[in-house]
Amino acid sequence: MNKLAKSLSTIRIRVLIMQHMNMVSKDFQDKVLADQGLTFSEKILSLKRFDEPNKIALANDIIVAKVDLAMAHDGTAPLAIKVLEELGIKKIWDSRKVILHIDHTYPVSSEQIANFHSIMRKFAMAQGCHIQEGNICHQYMLENFVVPGMLIIGADSHTNTQGSLGAFATGVGSTEMAAIWASGKIWLKVPESIKVVFNGKLPKGVYAKDLILFTIGKISCEGASYKTIEFTGNIVKEFSIDSRATLCNMSTEAGAKAGIIEMDNITKEYLTSLRREPMLEVHTGKEAIYDKIVEEDVEHMEPYVALPHSVDNVKSVREVEGIPIDQAFLGSCTNARLEDLMIAAKMLKGRKVKEGVRLIVTPASKSVYKYALKNEIANILMEAGASITSPTCGACVGTHCGVLGANEVCISSSNRNFIGRMGSRDSKVYLASPATVVASAIKGAIADPRDYLR
Amino acid sequence: MKGRAWKFSDNIDTDVIIPYKYKARSIDPKELAEHCMEGIDPEFSKRAKKGDFIVAGRNFGCGSSREQAPVAIKACGISAVIAESFARIFYRNAINIGLPAIVCEDISKETNEGDLIELDLSEGVVKNLSTGKFMKANKQPKFLEMMLKAGGLIEYYKKFRKFPWE
Repeated sequence: MNKLAKSLSTIRIRVLIMQHMNMVSKDFQDKVLADQGLTFSEKILSLKRFDEPNKIALANDIIVAKVDLAMAHDGTAPLAIKVLEELGIKKIWDSRKVILHIDHTYPVSSEQIANFHSIMRKFAMAQGCHIQEGNICHQYMLENFVVPGMLIIGADSHTNTQGSLGAFATGVGSTEMAAIWASGKIWLKVPESIKVVFNGKLPKGVYAKDLILFTIGKISCEGASYKTIEFTGNIVKEFSIDSRATLCNMSTEAGAKAGIIEMDNITKEYLTSLRREPMLEVHTGKEAIYDKIVEEDVEHMEPYVALPHSVDNVKSVREVEGIPIDQAFLGSCTNARLEDLMIAAKMLKGRKVKEGVRLIVTPASKSVYKYALKNEIANILMEAGASITSPTCGACVGTHCGVLGANEVCISSSNRNFIGRMGSRDSKVYLASPATVVASAIKGAIADPRDYLR
Repeated sequence: MKGRAWKFSDNIDTDVIIPYKYKARSIDPKELAEHCMEGIDPEFSKRAKKGDFIVAGRNFGCGSSREQAPVAIKACGISAVIAESFARIFYRNAINIGLPAIVCEDISKETNEGDLIELDLSEGVVKNLSTGKFMKANKQPKFLEMMLKAGGLIEYYKKFRKFPWE
């Protein structure tokens, strides 16, 4: 984003904050924010409530809420646009709150998909809403739009990622997105909450991805179904926004409706650097009731991997090391941020990717890519033999830039290892941290990053 | 509604229901239907008959937000998915496009592949006609029931000129 666009985005967020303040009475807002019995989700959804404004929303209540930002991408927007036409709705409710992303197949790989992209560009032009191309949507939202206290709905299951900045962010499908574009509202069942606490001292070679893989392995891929996961503990409080985004992103894989990390000084610093300010500073009440509290001392943790074909099929890397791989993929909305690329560069400096194995690196956004180019990171990766693609969801969803053939094995920093996810239904995907992906690329087989860290 | 049961296990994900590569290039239900359930049973779309049911275990439709998953199932002629539980986005998507997603805790253990099933949507009752077993389905909120009766969100809006939650 250039400077002008950036200040426009800052102004746009200010307008949204003012609109929010006009909607809710100040007394009610203060009362809700100070309530020690309410969870983060109950507080934020009480304040976004439209059906009965100024009435507290409790877990399991069904409410209608006003949406602050509504986004869709090239996998979901074309259908939403078609639905809007079928509904006969000519104008979206508020063009400042709708953001379109062309990221799932970018740069485009086929004529048919190119036509869908054209439909999106025309729609954005006609409606006057923001459209961006060539950044993974959730990373772009973090870099440009999300502030604490927002209610963000995305036509993408990993919209949860955006909860890492203290917002309530969740995914829906295309028809529902069309209804939001038309009305600015959504029905929601207020979720119960699960608190996941990571305390202790993080061992070398263990990252946010390992913590969340371990947790999903423990609570299962439906362990947080329909619920919010609040991540906390001294480890989370020390984590960068990049690592926090990984945790919230993967909350989806436990079935969660939202993954949330409360705003703190690290959030504030991040926002200040991007000239943004919070909409609401929401903190969960000290006496709030949780469906479940999962407490982990991270000191016993190690690098983990999710084996095919489910995200909760988790084992330690040591248990499975040596499985030969064809491809190592460092990309996706889960793990392709600056921090991830820096880990990769540090490990790959002066080393080579094993012959016969391909390491594909797909930065999450243009700004991540630019930084990697300016700061030698890209150079180190390429010297080691990696291929760097432009930002896209491509390989993770099996559309392009790293599709797997029959019987191929890939270790990936992405979020899903379902049958056929990255290509052939006879391929296998192992999910791991960027460090484990890189260690495996060097060895040519699943490898423990602790053997390669310097 | 009456039809044969196609039985699936727990955690049937959206990549199995319809891989991204197909949904990226088409939003045509018929084209999507050809690849429905391809990850598990490439012949599914050819074998499924109009009015049949999908019967499944827990967490049906987990994974992506792709609405093309219930669209593909519906376009195969499937009249409802009856499962022990659903992933949240799939559940919303299914109702929005007018495919009944019915939560019935006993459905897997009381159904064999090919059993004749009868579903009474308004009563919330599932009957296995092959075994004679009655099962209770979970009640849906009124506005969702009305949306399903109308045939989905688009049809509801066309009929009432407002959304069901308004």
